[in-house]
Amino acid sequence: MAKPKLALYWASSCGGCEIAVLDTELKVLEIADFFDIVFWPCATDFKYDDVRAMKDGEITLTLFNGAIRNSENYELAKLLRQKSVVLCAFGSCAADGCIPGLANFTTAEEILRYVYEDSPSTVNPEKIRPQTEYAVPEGVLSIPHFWNTVRNLSQVVDVDYIMPGCPPQPDQIKLVVDAVIDILKNGKPLPPKGTVLGADERACCDECPRKKDVKTIKKFVRPHEIIPDPEICLLEQGILCMGPATRGGCGAKCVNAGVPCRGCYGPPANVRDQGAKMASAIAGVLDADDPSEIDAIIAGIPDMMGTFYRFSLPHSTLRRKQVRA
Amino acid sequence: MSFEPRLVGFLCNWCSYTGADLAGTARMKYPPNMRVIRVMCSGRVDPNFILEALAHGADGVLVLGCHPGDCHYAEGNYKCRKRLPITKRLVEGMGIEPQRVRLEWVSASEASRFSEVVTEFTEQIRVLGPLKLEDWTFDRAAADAQLEHN
Amino acid sequence: MGMVTIRIDGKPIEVEEESYILQAAQTLAIDIPTLCWYRYINPYAACRLCMVEITDKRGRVRMVTSCNFPAEAGLGVRTHTPRVLATRRMNFEMLASRCAPAPVLVDLGKKLGIENPRWGWGEDTCILCGLCVRVCDEVVGAQAIGFAARGTSRTVTTPFEVDSEACILCGACAAVCPTGHIRMEECSGREIVHREITLGPNAAISVPFRQAVPNAPRIDPEYCVHFRTGGCKVCAQVCPMECIDHEDEERREEIEVGAVILATGFQDLDPTPLKQYGYGKLPNVITSMEFERMNSAAGSTDGKILMEGGQEPRSIAILHCIGSRDEKHHPYCSRVCCMYALKFAHLVKEKTTAEVYQLYIDLRSFGKGYEEFFQRILTEGVNLIRGKGAEVVPAPQSRRDEGPLLVRCEDTLAGRFREIPVDMVILCTALEAQQDAKETGRKFGVSVGADGWFIERHPKLGPVSTTTDGIFLAGACQGPKDIPDAVAQGGAAAAQAMSLMIRGEVEMDAACAVVDEALCSGCRLCNELCPYGAISFDIEKTLSLVNAALCKACGTCAAGCPSGAIKGLHFTDQQIYAEIEGILS
Ligand SMILES: Cc1cc2nc3c(=O)[nH]c(=O)nc-3n(C[C@H](O)[C@H](O)[C@H](O)COP(=O)(O)OP(=O)(O)OC[C@H]3O[C@@H](n4cnc5c(N)ncnc54)[C@H](O)[C@@H]3O)c2cc1C
Ligand code: SF4
Ligand code: SF4
Ligand code: FES
Ligand code: FES
Repeated sequence: MAKPKLALYWASSCGGCEIAVLDTELKVLEIADFFDIVFWPCATDFKYDDVRAMKDGEITLTLFNGAIRNSENYELAKLLRQKSVVLCAFGSCAADGCIPGLANFTTAEEILRYVYEDSPSTVNPEKIRPQTEYAVPEGVLSIPHFWNTVRNLSQVVDVDYIMPGCPPQPDQIKLVVDAVIDILKNGKPLPPKGTVLGADERACCDECPRKKDVKTIKKFVRPHEIIPDPEICLLEQGILCMGPATRGGCGAKCVNAGVPCRGCYGPPANVRDQGAKMASAIAGVLDADDPSEIDAIIAGIPDMMGTFYRFSLPHSTLRRKQVRA
Repeated sequence: MSFEPRLVGFLCNWCSYTGADLAGTARMKYPPNMRVIRVMCSGRVDPNFILEALAHGADGVLVLGCHPGDCHYAEGNYKCRKRLPITKRLVEGMGIEPQRVRLEWVSASEASRFSEVVTEFTEQIRVLGPLKLEDWTFDRAAADAQLEHN
Repeated sequence: MGMVTIRIDGKPIEVEEESYILQAAQTLAIDIPTLCWYRYINPYAACRLCMVEITDKRGRVRMVTSCNFPAEAGLGVRTHTPRVLATRRMNFEMLASRCAPAPVLVDLGKKLGIENPRWGWGEDTCILCGLCVRVCDEVVGAQAIGFAARGTSRTVTTPFEVDSEACILCGACAAVCPTGHIRMEECSGREIVHREITLGPNAAISVPFRQAVPNAPRIDPEYCVHFRTGGCKVCAQVCPMECIDHEDEERREEIEVGAVILATGFQDLDPTPLKQYGYGKLPNVITSMEFERMNSAAGSTDGKILMEGGQEPRSIAILHCIGSRDEKHHPYCSRVCCMYALKFAHLVKEKTTAEVYQLYIDLRSFGKGYEEFFQRILTEGVNLIRGKGAEVVPAPQSRRDEGPLLVRCEDTLAGRFREIPVDMVILCTALEAQQDAKETGRKFGVSVGADGWFIERHPKLGPVSTTTDGIFLAGACQGPKDIPDAVAQGGAAAAQAMSLMIRGEVEMDAACAVVDEALCSGCRLCNELCPYGAISFDIEKTLSLVNAALCKACGTCAAGCPSGAIKGLHFTDQQIYAEIEGILS
């Protein structure tokens, strides 16, 4: 029997997710053994045309990491969708937009202007910008179109499964790989489409070992402003920990290391907008009744938008900031 | 054609919804721009609902609850009073005028206040103009066109 | 102590051993004169008018004072023998020689057959009976007065004959003094606490007013002697049913109930700010409530319709809608005034010969039998003027003898202005919501409308229930209404409350919040959100739980759960999202 074919692709992301795959240690050998790796630009030398040449549905499983930031990401998303039986958004960028998605707080124009004109290290008196197409004697050179709005994978193509995390934790990858091998080997049924793999249903707090009490918040502080009690819930100490509004599965790594959860696993199962949910939850327990006092506490939340939407802006309800010229 | 704002109102069952009902039975006039969603208490209004309404084409969202101290559930409206400011900041952080989200108190007997608030809010949104969410929907045709070109 | 049998004037009577024979005689309704005896004070035997003749168990015959002679087995007592009467007369005449002829003494003398005492009358109004000294000591416990000097110069006075701080100004001494020798006077800037001690209704223990419910007396601790000196308690001795308990005190009781009926009623509008009617400035301009009081048999005029000077009025104007149907005050109709105003007219016609003018906007006689009553009033010769009373002013000199008050109005049927001189004006003031209705409503989770009346659950389908389960409304607190309507509503509210109580269990709305255990992370952000304390935390499972019996389904927790783990049944996120999408599509 032919081996099932596996593809891994890295769109707009830092590459950490691919490193996480390598971090599964010996499991990676098992993967290489079980699967026929047909496309993995980071590790193997395949060309896009090799993929284009495949039959539709030839690839059994594609782990797609990275957000859709430009036309090349989009093209490959479409292509891999077409060629794969199962397409999995792998890692937070593909799942929710993640760090690249923070670009949705600004516009493509602002980014280009900064990078090519305004940044202190740039000398570009003619204000030359890269062109998507450039005619040279040998023909037309082209580079991908830089999009104004970063998308997550499911916004541009049909996605079968999602595996969140920045990056997905190697232990979770191992479990998912085992499950996939088990399914393929033993002809077990696939989980329902849309299932989130390698993560919990519950929020991060479930895994967090800190002692939790009822909460009232008088003031928000940044972690360096206090010496947090290592035993007690960070939120109770005024540190805006995103744990309650973040899907668990990471093993509460950050809170165990003494820093608040940043929210990389995205919203929990039943939440649409991670930021709005967090906002609602903390506002409800503010220890103030006077409207001006309430407003003062809220105003004191450090980098509110960045904190609420660090990993999920493109996949949030409003998807991007409206930037008016 | 003049701009007719599309508004969503979240009305607490006990006060504002009854107030709206009274405005109706009393045959009071107010603009028809607001579509009403009844919730049991203004405390039920999740900021998610407000964002959802804005994302789906509302030009403004009005949350109406019982006057402070009058909430049928004692303090749901106090919770709402804490959640609305943060929601407005969040909306502003998304580049949308915070005035498009408003919390007001309307009691069951304040039919005229209800119609005044709705009228006034409608006018305010009319002045602000339509809420066009730039790049909210993914323009597949345009993205595909870029690929053709390359 | 044992019981013994004695014989008084041949009649046997069983009494307590060593109880005084005067009491036994009183029980047998045998009249023995006394002056220094008082039921609640120990006998003193000073006046010696209660003399009787006894035969003791050894057969000895003696004259003794009956007020302090103890009963013993076999004692024989004779109260009206010639010897007894002669002794009493002699003692009386000796007393009279010293004392002034106070009414008690004169009366007593007459009873004893002495018109002119043989040694004449003396001058002292004090008979030295010592009742005052003893009441102050034994009953009041103040010991503020005593005897001074001896023999003929013996007097009752305060220590060193100066104003005494020990006196609590209770007036008990003056009350017991048989001759009126002791009087209460204000001195040293001290106010007499109750000069009316002997006048029942104003005493420290009294029924608050004639139709009080419950119609039982209560002690006013500010005036009660016991609460000031620790003594007295005479009332407790008087009460044959042993109802009086001085130890009883005001208590706050917490009563657990399953239903509450609010029946806090209305208050009447104060017409002082409506200056045009001269209330509070012009004499004989009164409110309807004051007129009602006047007509009450228990009221200040014993039910007579009188003006300030006490004369009967010759003419009365009744002004409807004062503060009602008035944009500046209350836009609503107070509903009861038309009919009680007609009742007033009837009362006036029944009790006096006065002319009655009714000034009305519309006459609303909507109820059963009301129109008929109106028709009857028409035959009683009442002047009905359609037009609201505009103002009440002092009548000009020229018309003063027709009536000192001039009522101005526009008669809209006759189409002209009128000025009517009358003796008395009754203002039918609006029924208003109680001043504290909002506060009361808040306590019970009942909202008030713009006019302050409690809001019922539904004007047609839930007229006595409220939006809070188990809280019902009855009467005028829900809006102006007359007694039949208030009673009907009260009955309905009681029935609804009963039906709750009889069932013994409460039906709950199916809507409530539910925590999805698979989603709850145990963050505890919801724990304090619930106003009913319905959310608890299970330490074992590290999950939060909603107690469905306590949850009222407000949904505050569902909005606040950052995990989306709390589902507000019937108002789930999914349902609301679907609604949003639906109304915006
Ligand atoms: C001048 C006048 C004449 C009227 N004549 C007639 C008539 O002839 N026939 C007729 O049918 N109707 C008449 N009415 C109307 C009638 O008075 C009302 O219908 C009736 O009094 C309503 O009864 P209620 O028990 O609802 O309220 P109320 O009579 O106002 O009783 C409410 C009671 O609640 C008590 N209360 C208030 N607040 C509290 C609280 N927080 N805690 C505890 N207790 C509280 C009040 O002290 C009061 O005793 C007349 C009204 C007026 C003003
Ligand atoms: S807020 Fe939600 S996740 Fe947190 S404890 Fe309550 S139910 Fe559980
Ligand atoms: S819905 Fe309201 S009443 Fe019910 S548990 Fe939640 S907060 Fe409490
Ligand atoms: S992202 Fe989960 S603990 Fe930090
Ligand atoms: S019930 Fe109206 S705001 Fe709570």
